[in-house]
This record gives sequence, C-alpha cells and structure tokens, in this order.
Amino acid sequence: MPELIAPLAGNVWKVLIAVGDKVEMDDEVIILEALKMETPIFCDDDGTITEIRVKEGDAVNEGDVLAVIG
Amino acid sequence: MFDIFKDLIYSSGVVSLTGGNLVMWLVAFVLLYLAIKKQYEPLLLLPIAFGILVVNLPLTFLMEPEHGLIWFFYHYGIEQDIIPPLIFLGLGAMIDFGPLIANPKTLLLGAGAQAGLYVTFFAAILFGFDLQEAGSIAIIGGADGPTTIYLTSKLAPHLLGATAVSAYAYMALVPIIQPPIMKLLTTDHERKIVMSKLRSVSKLQRICFPIVTAMTIMLVVPPAAPLISMLMLGNLFKESGVVERLTNAASNELMNIVTIFLGLSVGATMTASTFLNPKVLFIFFLGLFAFVISTAAGLLMAKFMNLFLKDKINPLIGAAGVSAVPMAARCVHKVGSEANRRNYLLMYAMGPNVAGVIGTVVAAAILLKNLG
Repeated sequence: MPELIAPLAGNVWKVLIAVGDKVEMDDEVIILEALKMETPIFCDDDGTITEIRVKEGDAVNEGDVLAVIG
Repeated sequence: MFDIFKDLIYSSGVVSLTGGNLVMWLVAFVLLYLAIKKQYEPLLLLPIAFGILVVNLPLTFLMEPEHGLIWFFYHYGIEQDIIPPLIFLGLGAMIDFGPLIANPKTLLLGAGAQAGLYVTFFAAILFGFDLQEAGSIAIIGGADGPTTIYLTSKLAPHLLGATAVSAYAYMALVPIIQPPIMKLLTTDHERKIVMSKLRSVSKLQRICFPIVTAMTIMLVVPPAAPLISMLMLGNLFKESGVVERLTNAASNELMNIVTIFLGLSVGATMTASTFLNPKVLFIFFLGLFAFVISTAAGLLMAKFMNLFLKDKINPLIGAAGVSAVPMAARCVHKVGSEANRRNYLLMYAMGPNVAGVIGTVVAAAILLKNLG
C-alpha cells in the first residue's frame, strides 16, 4: 500500500485530510512546520486515505510514515 | 515668574535640538515602522530604533561616558565584548549542526560564501575607508549580526551603528535580495535537483562535534576563541542532553536579556554626528555588495563542486553559506520548491547555513588578527 512519507523533519502543522477521503496525485494533504516555515506535503498516488498516523502538533522525522493511501 | 518659565525652556532639550537630531528621529521612526508593521527582525530593530530615538533627545546624556545609563550597557556589554559571545552561547544552544555533520562537504559552501567579505574589504579600501573600517564593513557580507558587532567594536567603533544596522537589515531582507541572484546563477534544471537523503547522525557524533570543532578552530585561529568557545559550549549543552536547564537558560532567558542590551546600545551609538555622514551611506551600499557577492560565491562554489561530485548537490544550497540562520536556508527551500514543489531543501541548506556561521567567525578572527 502506498505510504505518504515525511520528506523532512518538522512538526505537523495541519492535517488537511481524513480517513476515507479520496485523494489524487499532487493533492496537498498535510502541512509540516519546520524552522517556522510551512511546508506542504503532496500526495504521490491516487487513492483513498486508509490511515493517518499523525495528528496536528506531532513531531516527525524525515522518513516517517504520515498516512497510508489504499 | 517669567524667569522660571525662561529657565524651564532653556533647561529643556527643545532649544538644543539640531536638524541632525530630527533626521535621526526620522531614521528611528522608519526602523520602528519596519520592526512593528513589517516585522523585520523586530527583536533587534525595535530596541535599536528606540535607542536611536532616545539618544537623539538633547541633554539626556544617556550615552555620556561614566554617567549615562545606556553608556554603561554599551561599555560593559559591547566595548568589553561581553554581549556578542553570550548571544553566540544562545545560538549554539539552538543550532542543530546535524545537517552539517551528515554532509561535511557543505562546510566548503560555508567557507566559499565568505569570499564576498574579502572582495568587499578591498572595495572599501578603494572607496577611501581605512583598513580597520574596511574590515568592519566587509564582515557585513557574512550577514551575522553579533559577529559584525564584535568585530566593529574592536576595529572601528565609530561605525558600529551603521554596520550593525546594515547586517541586521540584510538578514531581514534575505528573501528579497537572494532569490534574483539564485535564479540568475542557476538553471531551472539545477534548481530541480532533488538531493539524496542525508545520512543519520549518531548522538556520539553530535556530542563530539562541538568539542572537536572548538579545539580545532581555537588552535588554528586563536582570536576566534570568544565567539567559537561560547557557540560550541551552547551546542554542547544542547547535544549532551543532560543540562536541559542550562540549554533553555542560554537559548531563552539569557539570549532575550542580552538582546535588549545589545539592541539598545547599538541604537544609542547612532547620534546625528556619527551617523549623518556620507560614509554611512557607502557602508550600506558596500554591505549590500558584500552580501550579494557572498551569495553568488556560495552558489558558484556549489556549481564548482558539482563538477566533481557523482551525487549532485542542488547548487541553491550554496546561497545558504551566508550565516543568516535560518533565513537563508528558508529562502533556498522556497526557491527550490518553486522550481520543483517536491523539492524539500530546507535541511540540506541548513548544512552550509550553520557552516556559514563558523566561516564568518573565522573570517572575523582573521581580520581581527591582521588589523586589530
């Protein structure tokens, strides 16, 4: 199952999706905050969100799985 | 009754006001506007602007040697070089050297970006500044406020206000000054380069870094000691993980306290007689020149490195070799994501960015050793 991976370390600023949402390639799904800068994370696949592994305010490391797309 | 009234007028500051004072009020108001409304480096510009305002109110004697309140802040804090190293202690406690340790070749970018300093040093001499003044102006290219203040207070204290304000102004203007140079010197293809994942850095490496760096730099360039020792001590606080209270004190309370005294004192050096001088305009111009050349040198250095590297780096990160942390790294990230929105350069750019801090301190120490 494709996973949405954090491309850089930071804090989760906004989660723009919910489980069950249909997403398409290039959709903006999560915004991370690193060094006081908002960085949007884009979807790499089409599909439906089956799992979100982070919530707003969480600290994530580069490579962490943010969400799973089914 | 009339005499009392006359006395009141003559002992008031109003009759002693000069045209220069009024111009300096204007400068103060502009800086206050930029700090409050535009939020350009407000933590520094706000106290600096207020310092300018109050020192240009006649007969207050706030900067009167041995008497004035702000003179004491200035004398003990800046003339005696206490505050800039304390700021560095706090910076060290905040800076993450991880991206530099993970990718040590970015150290070259931090060093390359110092080229602007040396070019400007000679340019300033051509413009008629003496060697000490030229050194103080050149260091603006590093875009590092505390280092600029540290060096200027030792070499050319009469220029302190101008060099400090221009260093902080260019730090705040990074998002405006750097992108055009970055776009000019890189191709769209280069800006799209996605860099390979940074290797992970162990805790042991993080702890060893400040110790080894402090020892190496101080052995090679001893005049860098006050700034580097404090920077690395702060970093050791942070990375050791055992003195969280000291880390917090250094990076929050102490940093905030000294920032107040630093800003106010720097502003207070800007009296009409020292600041309203054609030389000062040149300082802003040469400072900008230094900053532009440093940015370009960092970019070109990165492109040069790519000639030899199999795993290409994105040349944009070279622009982060100036030490405006983290403004320059943010700017790289933004320009990179405009070219390719899946390009996340922030952490890669932090490598040269923190290397730039070290590079600027070393450059300052070399200038100090040769000119001081």
